[in-house]
Amino acid sequence: MPLHTIVLVKQVPDTSNISGEVMRPDGTVNRARLPAIFNPEDREALELALRLKDEHGGKITALTMGPPNAAKMLRECLFMGADRVILVSDRRFAAADTLATSYALYKAIHHIGEYDLIFAGRQAIDGDTAQVGPQTAEKLGISQITYTQEILSLDLKKRSIRARRAIKNGYEILEAPLPILLTVVKNAAEPRPFDVKRLCTYKKAKSKFEIEEMVDDSHDLVWMDELMNKALENDLYIETWNIEDIDADVSMCGLAGSPTKVHKVENVVLSGSEFKQVPATDEGLNEMISELMQDHIFG
Amino acid sequence: MNLKNKDMVWVFAEQADGELADVGLELLHKARTLAQKMGSEVSAVLLGHQVESLTETLISHGADNVYLMDDVELNEFRSLPYANLITKLVAEKKPRVVLFGATHIGRDIAPRVASHTRSGLTADCTELKIETLTLRKVEHPDLLLQIRPAFGGNIIATIISPDVEIQMATIREGVMEMGVADLKRKGKIIQVPVELDPVEIAVQIIEKHQEPSSVNLKGAPIIVAGGYGADTPAKFNLIKDLAKVLGAELAGSRAAVDAGLIEPERQVGQTGTTVRPKLYIAIGISGAIQHRAGMQESQKIIAINSDPEAPIFSVAHYGITGNLEEVIPRLIAVYKSQLH
Repeated sequence: MPLHTIVLVKQVPDTSNISGEVMRPDGTVNRARLPAIFNPEDREALELALRLKDEHGGKITALTMGPPNAAKMLRECLFMGADRVILVSDRRFAAADTLATSYALYKAIHHIGEYDLIFAGRQAIDGDTAQVGPQTAEKLGISQITYTQEILSLDLKKRSIRARRAIKNGYEILEAPLPILLTVVKNAAEPRPFDVKRLCTYKKAKSKFEIEEMVDDSHDLVWMDELMNKALENDLYIETWNIEDIDADVSMCGLAGSPTKVHKVENVVLSGSEFKQVPATDEGLNEMISELMQDHIFG
Repeated sequence: MNLKNKDMVWVFAEQADGELADVGLELLHKARTLAQKMGSEVSAVLLGHQVESLTETLISHGADNVYLMDDVELNEFRSLPYANLITKLVAEKKPRVVLFGATHIGRDIAPRVASHTRSGLTADCTELKIETLTLRKVEHPDLLLQIRPAFGGNIIATIISPDVEIQMATIREGVMEMGVADLKRKGKIIQVPVELDPVEIAVQIIEKHQEPSSVNLKGAPIIVAGGYGADTPAKFNLIKDLAKVLGAELAGSRAAVDAGLIEPERQVGQTGTTVRPKLYIAIGISGAIQHRAGMQESQKIIAINSDPEAPIFSVAHYGITGNLEEVIPRLIAVYKSQLH
């Protein structure tokens, strides 16, 4: 059996540029107001998977749960070298916490079928929880290597993988049987640039939502079918799955399936403790340092 | 009516090579406050090999009970045996609250335990409280308020898990204060049998390298930290110069780490280290809530920033508005002159 790797990817709001205006009153984020990017550690996870494919052959499936516009990131996965991309998207997945997210991913992976490896970024920059990878592994009943820094070897005959994992003040090298889920940390693998040929081909790849948008009259099912078939024939269809497609239990998805709820969101009241404005002059700095010396902060 | 369960607040007591991680002891101290509010005892969960002697330390730091799982297969941390054994115990005893350190170990296993038991889990909390809340006319006793800075901006989110029995959280090392050990405290050791399937111990550790960190942010009396305002190596070198002159430990904000200006071990903030030095000098750090969460309890704070509106000034004791390329050399010169 050729190697089959699934890579879990997420499109995230670019958190390097966030103001309070993008928060909704319920504490969720109004993603529409932020630029959406490919979560950096997920890109590195895809790169690690691609390197294994370069060496051992096989097939890579990139899987995401997200809003319709996550198709943009999946196209980038195709440009980099993914063989198959799947968008799991349904309004009923909205406001999912990590548990409900991992449930949806687990059901989607189950629907994909056999796999040898699952890669994911350690964490997404919008929540930094690092929970979805391990929770998905638990639901699949497989082991995991978190904080993966490097893949040292893959032995398909023995069906085992050797990887280096970050630990406190160092690292450890683990050998684990397949299948296994690995979460990948920053600087594990510089993601490759887009392949120009693949870019020219796959920029035309479209999700179901995007094909629907092309059909002016949404009741024109014949035209819709025609476009879908054409995309499928040309291998330009971004598979788009909803709750029913992955046979998920609605009560386990989205807000309903999330044990954690945002109870309240507060603006931080900053404590204006005895604050002194110090002029950036020799006298100003001199006085400040004298005070700190008197308080035995220095020396 | 059933007697109220007295064993509702648990802390995962992380150890490596027979040494307890500080974060477990810090969490025990916090757990005492939570348990008091609930009328509960505090239990520590300890896994390892020949680690029974550590139970004394756990009891002296606040544990009333220690669940001890001691087995040669637990000598070194591995995901499956640790996660599965804790899961089994949590599923059986159903504590209301389980706390883990947000370490390479805690963040590896807590999600698995939460997933299996369908518990609520919040990462990197900076504060925890117990409250009874009435939501839609239904009273929810003993809710764990999981408080953390949310997603950008000046926002603190309170997360709750009202519809499930087990409420879990991870907390970074240094966020909670460690109490003083009370050697007279008494506690109970509960031996838990360890049964592992070959599949659960199939992952092998081939090699392990650890070096004591040369970075000691938690213990440093003075910290000089740089942020995105020092966005070039030349500017950051000025910050390093100041740290050297003051005999201070060098640190940075997440932006500085992301920009590759400083090593991740030196990151201060919610997703880095929480520090309480005598003096914290923040240079070119705007002061997002995530950063302030990691340094606002410093005894004295000096903020140097070119933006007079930067939020960092709101937690500072001394604020200097100015260009760091001018302020730092002047500060160094003034400091040196005062030493003589």
